[in-house]
Amino acid sequence: MAATRRISMAGLPAALAADRDTAFPHLVRALIDGVYSGALRLTGSRADAEDVAQEAFLRAYQALGTYPPDRIRELRLREWVWAIAANLCRNRARSARRHPDRALPAEAPVTDPGPGPEALAVAAAQSEILAAHLARLPWAQRSAVVLRHVTGLPYSEVAAALGRPVGTVKADVHRGLQQLRTLLEEAR
Amino acid sequence: MSDIPARLAALREAAPAHLVPEVLVRTGLADRYALLPSPLGPVFVAFTGRGVSLVDLAGGHSRFAAAYRARFGREVVPAEKLPARLAAAVGRALAEGRTRGVPVDLSDLSEFQAAVLHLAAEIPPGEVRPYGWVAREIGRPGSDRAVGNALAANPVPLVVPCHRVVRADGRFGRYSLGADENKRLLLEAEGLEVEAYESLAARGVRYLGSDSTGVYCHPTCRHARRITAAHRVEFRDDRGAARAGYRPCRDCRPVAA
Repeated sequence: MAATRRISMAGLPAALAADRDTAFPHLVRALIDGVYSGALRLTGSRADAEDVAQEAFLRAYQALGTYPPDRIRELRLREWVWAIAANLCRNRARSARRHPDRALPAEAPVTDPGPGPEALAVAAAQSEILAAHLARLPWAQRSAVVLRHVTGLPYSEVAAALGRPVGTVKADVHRGLQQLRTLLEEAR
Repeated sequence: MSDIPARLAALREAAPAHLVPEVLVRTGLADRYALLPSPLGPVFVAFTGRGVSLVDLAGGHSRFAAAYRARFGREVVPAEKLPARLAAAVGRALAEGRTRGVPVDLSDLSEFQAAVLHLAAEIPPGEVRPYGWVAREIGRPGSDRAVGNALAANPVPLVVPCHRVVRADGRFGRYSLGADENKRLLLEAEGLEVEAYESLAARGVRYLGSDSTGVYCHPTCRHARRITAAHRVEFRDDRGAARAGYRPCRDCRPVAA
């Protein structure tokens, strides 16, 4: 069994085409942090982020089961999985707008274990503030900013995942960052 | 004010540890395992939809997962407990030695290996049978060595009691879970009188008969254990028993009917 062999991101499409079940766990492990983090900042809720991540990978797995090997080999996996996840996040955002009390503010992660308690508290508070402002951006800007800067996808993949032209996405990122800057300065 | 893109990048975090296992379970790509007590200490019991697939002494999770992946090519993730369907049966097997009929998944074994293990599961707790008996019962007389190999490779010890199959000369032989010692420990815990059994075997006594019933058995058969000293007859082989006019016990089947 080849199951213990490491598969690089570049080798995954071919591996999935050859043996979906053996390769799929590698795909999940490669992408799950990015998908979770992005979904967290897009939905504003850890519970929703977990649901989105699970559902996105489940749908990806099922879809792979229906594709011919040639199509799998050609897949740009990260943007393809993100297209699924982004749609799921968008549906939740719409649902949250209809039921505003459902959307809870995201908890702030403590990302830097180094500094003392006061510095940690400051960092946490800053993250929380930024996350709250993110949640207030309209979907087009929020999704572009999160995919580009939280998940770290290149523009081409952001565009493919969101189904919008690269130029539009760049403009959305630019406007989103400006808006965040304004919101952060207003708060001072 | 610090750079916003940098602060956004700092919002990236690791997914919670339970998320990957959950995805794999939902896509049917992972089996699960629970931690259970056993006479040899805590054990990991892995299971599929069919039944118990792997049992080992509890140690590091990553080592168990790696062994599972190497053997089955599938992931295995921790579960709080066994599903209801398995919990009672496996609990009885581990706590009381009642191993008959516990659902097991032996789908990666050959027919021969699976037959050996299913038969071993029928041996009552506290009783032992020789390798040759197993070979004969599965219709492959003379395949004692292959039987021994199949038992040594048992993926689900304790649930399938390979420890109840012993050498013809009465010595207990090897055991795969932990130390060889454990075979004796388990049998003792199940109520086998180890010293009495070993001294019989050392004298070359392979069967015990009752002169009141005219039946002869393996020495550890529950019927044999009830024979009082006054009525007990010892045999070195089944031919001697037959010559003396004894018939084989229908439960422990010391010879093919």
